[in-house]
Formats: sequence, C-alpha cells, structure tokens
Amino acid sequence: MSAQYVLKMDGISKEYFGNRVLNNVSLDVRPGEIHALMGENGAGKSTLMNILFGMPVIHNTGGFTGTVEFDGNPVNITSPQQAMELGIGMVHQEFMLIPGFTVTENIKVGREITKPTIASRIFGKSMERLDRPAMRADARKALDTIGLNIEDYVMVSGLPVGYMQFIEIAREIDKSNIKLLIFDEPTAVLTESEADRLLDAMRVIASKGIAIIFITHRLDEVIAVTDSMTVLRDGQLVKRVETKDTTAVSIAEMMIGRKVEKLLDEASDNRVIKDDDLMLKLRDFHVDMPGEVVKGIDLDVRRGEIFGIGGLAGQGKLGIANGIMGLYKTSGSVELDGVAVDTKELGDALKKGIGFVSEDRRGVGLLLDESIESNIVFSAMQIKGDFLTNLGITKLYSPRKGKKHTDEMIKALDIRCTGHDQPAGALSGGNQQKVCLARALTLNPKLLIVSEPTRGIDIGAKKLVIELLAKLNREQGMTVIMVSSELNELRSLCDRIAVVAEGKIAAIMKPDDSDAQFGLAMAGYKGGAE
Amino acid sequence: MKNNETNLIRYCGDQLSHFAKSVYGNKVVFMFVVLCIFGLCTTGKPLEYTVTEVFTRFGRNTFIVLSLIIPVIAGLGLNFGIVVGAMAAQIAIFCTVYWGFTGIGGLLLTVAIATPISLLLGFLVGRLYNKTKGTEMITGLILGYFADGLYQFLFLFLIGVVFPVENPRLIIDGGVGVKNTIDLAGNLKYTIDTISMLSIVELACLIVALVLVVRLVVHFVKKDDSSVPKAVGGIIGVAAVYAITYIPAIERFLSTDRLRLLDAITIYVFGAIILQLFRIIYEKLIKKNGEFVITRPLAVIIAAVIIYALTFIPAIEKVILSVNIPVMTYVLIALLCVFNTTLLNTKLGQNMRTVGQSRTVANAAGINVNKTRIIAMMLSTMLAAWGQIIYLQNIGTFSTYGAHSMCGQYAIAALLVGGASVKDAKNSHAILGVILFHTLFVVSPLSASHLFGNSMIGEYFRVFVCYGVIAVALAMHAWKTLPRKKDGGEVLSDNTPEIPVSGAEN
Repeated sequence: MSAQYVLKMDGISKEYFGNRVLNNVSLDVRPGEIHALMGENGAGKSTLMNILFGMPVIHNTGGFTGTVEFDGNPVNITSPQQAMELGIGMVHQEFMLIPGFTVTENIKVGREITKPTIASRIFGKSMERLDRPAMRADARKALDTIGLNIEDYVMVSGLPVGYMQFIEIAREIDKSNIKLLIFDEPTAVLTESEADRLLDAMRVIASKGIAIIFITHRLDEVIAVTDSMTVLRDGQLVKRVETKDTTAVSIAEMMIGRKVEKLLDEASDNRVIKDDDLMLKLRDFHVDMPGEVVKGIDLDVRRGEIFGIGGLAGQGKLGIANGIMGLYKTSGSVELDGVAVDTKELGDALKKGIGFVSEDRRGVGLLLDESIESNIVFSAMQIKGDFLTNLGITKLYSPRKGKKHTDEMIKALDIRCTGHDQPAGALSGGNQQKVCLARALTLNPKLLIVSEPTRGIDIGAKKLVIELLAKLNREQGMTVIMVSSELNELRSLCDRIAVVAEGKIAAIMKPDDSDAQFGLAMAGYKGGAE
Repeated sequence: MKNNETNLIRYCGDQLSHFAKSVYGNKVVFMFVVLCIFGLCTTGKPLEYTVTEVFTRFGRNTFIVLSLIIPVIAGLGLNFGIVVGAMAAQIAIFCTVYWGFTGIGGLLLTVAIATPISLLLGFLVGRLYNKTKGTEMITGLILGYFADGLYQFLFLFLIGVVFPVENPRLIIDGGVGVKNTIDLAGNLKYTIDTISMLSIVELACLIVALVLVVRLVVHFVKKDDSSVPKAVGGIIGVAAVYAITYIPAIERFLSTDRLRLLDAITIYVFGAIILQLFRIIYEKLIKKNGEFVITRPLAVIIAAVIIYALTFIPAIEKVILSVNIPVMTYVLIALLCVFNTTLLNTKLGQNMRTVGQSRTVANAAGINVNKTRIIAMMLSTMLAAWGQIIYLQNIGTFSTYGAHSMCGQYAIAALLVGGASVKDAKNSHAILGVILFHTLFVVSPLSASHLFGNSMIGEYFRVFVCYGVIAVALAMHAWKTLPRKKDGGEVLSDNTPEIPVSGAEN
C-alpha cells in the first residue's frame, strides 16, 4: 500500500521567533484516502496546514525547512492562490461564504462562467456576461455529488448553519483540478446528524479519488471515517498509523502522553476542604459566547480549593468564566457563597466578590496606555469606590492612596517595572499578567477566576504565576478557578479538573488520572472511557 | 377559463400580501410617501405646478443619483466623493464656454474633456478609499470639502495668474479669477433636452444597424452562420423602423423635442400590452411551452388598461396634459439604468458584488479587491460628471463656486429616501427616491408658507428637509437593522453562533 502519495511533506521544521513549533514532521497522504491529522491545541496542526497552503504568515516569519511533494512533483508553495491552482482546497472552520449571494453564486465565486459580449471585445474579459444557466448546472452537479438537496437559487443567509459547510465543500469540489481537500474541524459547529451526513459526503468525495486531510478532535469520527492518521504532539511527529491498527484509547494516549511535572511542592498544604461547603454553585448554566458556547452545566466549587477547567479551544471552557462575569448573554443560576449573582448585570459578579483575570489580556484585561497604577486601582475604584477622596459634592481620585497600594502590589507580586506610572503596555507578558492579578486582588475577592493565566508568557513567568496562585490559595485560603488549555498546568496545580467538551462538562477528574482518560474526555469520545 | 380566473385572483391576493409586507419592510420610503402626500395636499397651488416642477427636477437630477449605485454595490458605501466628479464636469464646461463652442458639438466636447478628468480623479479617490477601508463615507465627505478648496484655488487664483484668460464675460474685472456665475444660455443650455425625437430614433437605428453589421462580419470571418438569419432580420427591421419615420404624420410627431406626458403614457401602455400579447402568443402558440404561466402577463395588461383608463379622469388628465418630458434626458436616464443592470450581470459586476459583500471571501476567491474598488470609483465619478453636465445644461446658469457644493448631499439624500441603504441600492431606489425627495423639496416651502403664512418659514423648511431627510433616513435604516435579539436574558441554548469568531486559541 506504500504506493504513490498525492502529498508528501518531509522533514518539516518551522520556527516562530526562535520558538520551534514544528520539528522534523512528515505527512503523507495517498490519493483517495481520508487521513486524520490529530493533536492537541498547539501541537502544530495549523502551522503544518499553513505551510501546505503557502500562507503569508509562514513566509513573513522566515519560511520553513523541509520538502513538499505534491502529486509526485516537488513544489514550493508560496501563496494560497498557488496552492489552489495546484489543486489543494480548504473547507474553513469559519465559513467563507457570502450570505447575500445565492448558493450558485457562492459555489462559483471568483470562477464565474462567462460569455463574450460586444463590450467584452472592446474592454476585455471582465465585461463578459455571466452565463447563469451554466453556472447553475455546475453548482447543481457539485451539490448532487455530496448529496445536498437544496435549490441552487436560494440565498445562503437563510440556510441553517449545517448547510453552509456543505456549500463550502461543494465550492471546493467544483474546482475541476481538485486533488486534496483539507477539512479544518468541520464538525465542530454541526449537530450530530449533520456531522453524520458530512462524514458520508467525505466518503463519497474520497471514493472519487480526492484525498482528504481531516483535522478534528472527535475520536469517534476519526475511527469511523478515516483510513490512516498522523498524530502530532508539541510540534513533534508521534506516529503515522493506519486507523484499523489502532484504538481510540491508544490515539488519546498518543495525543496527550507527556510527563506531568509538579510545579509545586506539597509541603505547605494544610487546607481543610469540605464537600458541603460550596463557594460557587452553577445550575443549568448556558452562555452564548461566540465560538465558546456553554450548553447547560452544573458545577460545584468547594471553598478553599483550586478548581481547574480544561478542554480544547472552542469547546466552551472560556465561556464559563466569561459568562459568570456577565460578559456574554447567559441563563441559569449562579450562586456565590449562597448569594445569587445576577449575570445579566455587568459588574454584579465583581461587586459580589468574584475577581477575574481575562484570557484576553491585551484586549479586555488591560488599559495598555494607562499606568500600572490606574490599571491596578481601576476596578476597585469603579466597583467599590476605593481610593477616592470624598469632597461632598463630588469624589476625586486620591493619588496618595492609589500609589501606596500600587507600590505594595508591585512589591508583593514582584512586578518588574520602572515604577507605578509605567504604561501597562510596555511591560512583558508575565508582568502584565501580574498587573491583571493585582487588579483582581485589589477587590479582595472571595473567589478568583483566572482564565488562561499563562498564555503567551515565558516559562519562568509561568512558574511565578502558578506559584502566586498557589500561595494565594494556601496562605489566604482564596478559592481559585483556573481555566486553561494547558492540561499539564492544570494537573500540576488543581485539586479537581473539569474537562469541557462541546459546551458540557465531559468529566470531573483528579490530576493523577491517566493520560488516556484525559484524552478521551477532551475529545468528547462517546465510546465510554474505561 | 375558470381556472384562469381563480389563478388570477390568487395571483392578485399574493401580490397584495406581498405589497403589505413590502410596505412594512420599506418603512423609510413609506414615511416619505406619507409626508409627500401631506405636502402635496397643503401647497395651496394647483397640482399641475408641483407635478411639472417634479418632472423637471427628475430629469435634472436622476442621472447623478444613479451614479451612486455602483459604489454601494462594491461596498464603498454612499459615495460623497461624487462632488469631485461634479467639479470635473464644471471645469470642462468652463473650457467649452471659454473656447466658445456651442450646441451638440460643445456638449460633446464638454463630455470629452470631463471624462478623462473625472476618470483620473476617480482613480485617485479610489486609491484614497483603499487606504481608508471602512470609513469611505466620512473620507468622501471631507474629501469633498478639501477638493472644494483646490477647486476654488484653481478658479479664483490660477485662472488669471497662471493661465491668462481674457474674457470679460467670464473673468472678474481685475483679470484674476472666474466670475461667480456663468450664463450657459446660448451655448450649452438645453442642448440635451432639445434633441428631437427624430434624431434620437435615427441615432438608435444607426447604432443598432452598426452593431448588427459588425456581428454579421464577425460571423462571416469565423464562418459561423448560425445566427446570420437573425442579424439579417434585425437589419431589415431597423430599416423598416427608419422608413416609418418618413411617414409625414409620424415625422411631425417625432420632430419635437418634448413629449407630452399623456402621449408618453399612451405609448407606454400600448407598448406594454402589445409586448405581453406577443409573449403569450409566442409562448403558448408557437413554442407550446406548457410551463408558461399566463397570469403575470395578464395582470400587466389589466394594470396597463387601468392606467390608461385613469388618464380619462378630468382632474388627472389636466395634470398630465400640463407636463412635457425632455425626451433625450429621460432616454439617457433609462440607458444608465440599463447600464447598471447589465454591469451587474458581467464578471466585473459580480466581482464588485463579491467585494461589496465580503472582502475576505473575494480575496480568497482570487479577486483583486483594490482594483475592483478603484474601477467602481472611476465609473461612479465619471457618471457623476456626466450627471452634473446634464444638471447644468438644464439649469442654464452655472454658479461657479456653488453648483457642486450640495450635489453629493442632495443625491445621497434622494437615494436614501428611495429606500436604499449603505449596503444596498438599486435603480428603483434611485428613481423612487428622486421623485419623493424632490417632491418634498418643491412642496415643503410652499406648504410651510401656505400653512403659516410666512415665506421665510418656507425657506427654513427647505433647508430643514434636506438635512433632516439624510438624518432620518439613516436613523430609520439603523433602526431597521437593529438586532432582533433584544429579549434580555433568554439564551438560545441550542443555537450555535452563526459565524463563530475564530477560536481564541489561534
């Protein structure tokens, strides 16, 4: 079976600013096979696909090393256009469709069939008239191929989300020279029956000799539909295996498999955590956060524990944190220490005593052009009226109190800066994160929610942040909820870890549960985790 | 026959419910219709006066309003930059007047000068808009003021100092700067409006014949004679039409340059009836097309008959008889409508629509977004220049420093009133909008002075209406496009977001 490969990527390495994200990875796909590309977030799947597609981001950052062979010939793909001309198609996760166009127009976008007219003879090809009947016939053919039974003249805007994926696919297979199709997490936004139909369509396309690279986190789909797979982990090739030779459990192990290093020593742990003393209680909690939808969860967080929320990107873990803070539309009940929190009112969670460090540090978390001092005191000033001098008719900010507090915080958290008036934007990522933490702590919260606290900061700073969280928890007894996509981090710090998959809690686990169990839970594998 | 009747009734019912829905969907238009009707009832002047006035203004303004449609489709929003096109037209008119060309020749020279200038300016504006994507409207507005400054510099200073111009009729007494008003009477005034119908028909015949001959030649060269009979038939048809114009009665009718509205309606009604009858006969009897639905043509015929019958009501007849249409101007407007529609059916037009809907998708589909936008701007600026020429030749005097100043705002107001929005505009919006806006424009000062007995109030009203219209229309459009999900906390738990924002992890 080692016959000819339609795509052969060999020894691919790629560095972003000295940070090696791919190391000697290879990917081989045979014609007409469905090949899964597996790995956690950050394993290097997107980078590999960006290289294959010749995305500008690759070439703007110094290119890559290794060879790419397409259809037997060595190629050097430098632009998406070139990739398309070679016959590589991509079905995007975010739909690249125009809502105001009909299905036909979307399928034929940029490749309209035209007829010459008098004007076109004078002014050139762009004045040629559209041949709508021929376009419709082509669109019909593509739609029939994947078994989508909709009229080709309806507007895309009125169609259900599930159909849009199919129209994207129809657009790709309508390209006459298509040889390789990349599906980037196509089932993430589909319902179960739609996903099944999509898998059927993939089988049909593959049977026509078009190779498919299928990027997904759902193990059951991989088992059901693929012929072979490549597993990546931390930018390294783990293995290329035939699907029939493997099982869901072993795939999960390959994806996660990595030693958990304890970032903390357990010596100072003298906490008493009682199961019936709840700090936070979520019941039937829904959050409508775009891309991170939470679909009804029940969650209990005990007083004094560090609770982790993990899961892959887009599954809803960020939605939980942002929903509690009232940043997105929610429903269901949230109780903090026995008091109901009104998530419909922005700021209520802060008032009731929940501190929050956002995952979007530079966007939501900080006022980048403002001083460290303003950043730290801002929330407390707004929410609690701290740091103010009351003049009777109006209240003024008291720089003396603010500066004193800021200096204390800078010292306590070891924020490396030139002084309290340095703009927050000028700090390094780790120090910015500390400023965010300082602000949350200024509110004296009962519960601290930190969302992706270590994203985008270097290893040393990561350790400091983790230690800081542990210190807060151990010494001040603060309850902490930590949302992170780095499982390793959660497992090193948390007492319990909830894994979120598809907007629901897949499992609540202990940090020392096995890799396979975590892997299966994260993939939302329905085959049963034994 | 009975089957036909029930079909017809159902068809009418469908159309009525469709109508009710579209009234709700077009709140903006509907509001202005109500305002116009109220205004028309309270002018205190005979209806003929307002109707005549509106028809004149329609001929004058519609072309420039239609020039706004292409940029909206290409996603550039309402193009306040057409002021630049108007300036190009005015520079061309100044040249023509100065060099002393008159009549059709002068007009063609004006167009020949204005076209390259406006294309160049349109190119520059397009380049600018490409650098300010997303804020084209405010850029265009400010650009208009900036261009006005340059324009004044040219006309007040450069002409006379750098370009010596000696013409006491045009130049301020000191020899520097152009006079405040330029009289177009005797050179360009009414040159388009006064082209006789006979010339138009002759010209049309000539063009059609030429096209057919070219096509024949192409076919002979390519040795593809499948459509030769068609082309030959066409040429014979053109010759026949041309021959008809020699019949004295028809020749007399056609030799005028204005068409009475009554005649126009009559021609239109009979034309429509004959066309529909022909369609029915052709589809049913010759092609035996079973799928052909007869209700629609029948409805058109009935509507046409009703319209014709209405013209016999004395009150309406009186109004209609008082209106004369400048034929050539209206023909040009119709041609521009056809041009806009045809353009949208070309590859270029489809590219423009794609760019207008989503620049990301257009880019991914290999469309050169910037180039498409620049082409749209060049076309729009050129058409605006032509529109300004039509406008000025109809007005007859040319206020050197003021003629262009409001043209962007007025044209955009008209388009908005017609139901267009920043993202969607059609020919029908432009035409309806011009009618409504200018009715309001004519009627509001009259009504105000009639109701309040003070002519000054009338003038305030006019200004108030112009700017109020833009604000109200924009506000109503914004209101219309407000998200429907306003129900506080209800989360649609099973509702995945329509277009997920790319995962925060990426």
